[in-house]
Amino acid sequence: MSKSYEFVPEPPLVQGNHTFGSITALIGGIPEKKTPKGWYLAFGMANILLLLLVSLLSYLVWEGLGVWGINNPTGWGWAIINFVWWVGIGHAGTLISAILYLFRQHWRTAINRFAEAMTIFAVMCAGLFPAFHVGRIWVIYWVFPVPNQMGLWPNFSSPLLWDVFAVSTYFTVSLIFWYVGLIPDLATLRDRVKSKTSKFVYGVFALGWTGSNRHWSNYEKAYMILAGLATPLVLSVHTIVSFDMSVSNVPGWHSTIFPPYFVAGAIYSGFAMVALLMIIARKIYGLEDIMTVDIMEKMNIIMMITGNMVAFSYLMEGFMSWYSGYIYERGIFWLYIVGPYAWGFWITMFCNVINPQFMWFKKVRRNITLTFMVAIFANIGMWYERFMIIAASLSTDFMPSSWAYYSPTWVDYLTYVGTFGLFFTFFLLFLRFLPMVAISEVKAGLPQADPHYYEEDEGLEGSNGQGTIVIQPNETA
Amino acid sequence: METKEKNKLHGILAEFKNPAALLHAAETVNNAGYSKFDTFSPFPIHGMDEAMSLKKSKVGWIVLGFGLVGLFGAITLMVWVMSSAMPVSISAKPLVDPPIYVPITFELTVLLSSFGAVTGMLLLNGLPKPHNPLFNSENFNRATDDGFFLYIESKDALFSEDKTADFLEEAKALNIEKIYD
Repeated sequence: MSKSYEFVPEPPLVQGNHTFGSITALIGGIPEKKTPKGWYLAFGMANILLLLLVSLLSYLVWEGLGVWGINNPTGWGWAIINFVWWVGIGHAGTLISAILYLFRQHWRTAINRFAEAMTIFAVMCAGLFPAFHVGRIWVIYWVFPVPNQMGLWPNFSSPLLWDVFAVSTYFTVSLIFWYVGLIPDLATLRDRVKSKTSKFVYGVFALGWTGSNRHWSNYEKAYMILAGLATPLVLSVHTIVSFDMSVSNVPGWHSTIFPPYFVAGAIYSGFAMVALLMIIARKIYGLEDIMTVDIMEKMNIIMMITGNMVAFSYLMEGFMSWYSGYIYERGIFWLYIVGPYAWGFWITMFCNVINPQFMWFKKVRRNITLTFMVAIFANIGMWYERFMIIAASLSTDFMPSSWAYYSPTWVDYLTYVGTFGLFFTFFLLFLRFLPMVAISEVKAGLPQADPHYYEEDEGLEGSNGQGTIVIQPNETA
Repeated sequence: METKEKNKLHGILAEFKNPAALLHAAETVNNAGYSKFDTFSPFPIHGMDEAMSLKKSKVGWIVLGFGLVGLFGAITLMVWVMSSAMPVSISAKPLVDPPIYVPITFELTVLLSSFGAVTGMLLLNGLPKPHNPLFNSENFNRATDDGFFLYIESKDALFSEDKTADFLEEAKALNIEKIYD
């Protein structure tokens, strides 16, 4: 074996010899340019779907919950499936912005901003479903502990109420985190744009940020604390979502593996969604230098790991249903495999067990088309997983006399389609008017942002004086 | 700029070439004894807090305060509601049952703490601050793009219009600009 070791530098995060100025121009220039025609087309379509969502929800409120396919025993149909699915998608954003930040994974800077935006809009879509599922949306504020003339208070021992707090906290904290991250970049836009109105609007939201180091000092501390708060939060949200099921005694639900299993699944589907959005955005907006294939590969590795954690959970569910010796647990698992919803089970198995295995191959991880396909299947698979958990478990519970097959109605289908309208309306507005990459963070990650980078210029050490971008080990303080 | 000359001098702004030059300049200015100065950069620069002898940020204490309010507020609210405001016996479970308080206590602690982080940051930074004399400088727009600036306020005890400018010149400033308010 050879005894000599060589320093292998990591590939640079930003490719193409960018300077601070060119990064500003590349990202900050997007909201300034003329709106592309394709954007209007996409926005128009998203608006039509949003209109569809609004009309279907109005129809639901007018007519009542009967227009959905829910029945007895399946009281939680597509509404809760979609809720869990959308919340799960949101998790990748917080994972990227908070957990990868704490682990000093600098590659996150390329995707954190729009992954966080995705989180916020996904949680908005998610929140709609349980809110409308209560049936009387006009008294939805009863879920909050609001003093009222009836002397009524929510029941704090209900997992459903925990979920209200978990999801609303998650939404609020994600929004705060996103906005705090945006402040320096809004200041960049304020100082760049020519039009008076834009300057005013960006100026108001930039809060008079100047880039002062005294401010950066507090800012960095606050950002780190927010990341530290969001990290347990993101793990807790899907844990509490899984409590909605696992705290009850329905066979197929009452299981301690649910919290980690749900969190892993959420990250799996969330990264798939970020990959989809990133692949489209980098192409349309020419951000290949920042959202590089190296970053896509890292995301794919996370998808592979979490996908396998999900696969392991399926295995454990099967094992525990046998090992528990509990007849209903065995029964429901058997019904998953060969029962009325077996088709859903096998779709789930293909999408969440076989599909992530493709990511073992470097060729697939670095191939944009294949990543796109794997990511789509991951999202489909995670939807079907929730379908199996919710619809299949409920429709065949303890007593065969009460079993009933659940199928959605056209209102269910179109409401789900409509949430994409809500999601993309906001997402397209975000792409159009806000910096979609964290400008200041990308700059801070460039090698020339480190004061030590310039030591060579002054002839202190090294021989690389041509300003070639190399990442250097940085122990010498 | 003759019209500006009539206004009061607020300080002197100097631009530096790169993060390293700004870091060295900040050290020099700090060692010279200036205290009312600040550096401006499009991103936080490593080692700048030490170069400026800044104390550790106090944001953490504000977060702690808010977090404790969330923690005890949540527990108090839930215990009060479940045991006194609206006691309901559900399957004969105890009215005050600590394990069930864990999720909401956690969520409200996190929620209040993050409010603390953002309010603390804004409060300590004195933001929002719509009027800042530095915005009068056209060149200063680049502080959020690719410019690296150092600013010494005229309120500083050591400040003198000419000497400070010369001093910054010696510290290898690229250009020097007087800021009027």
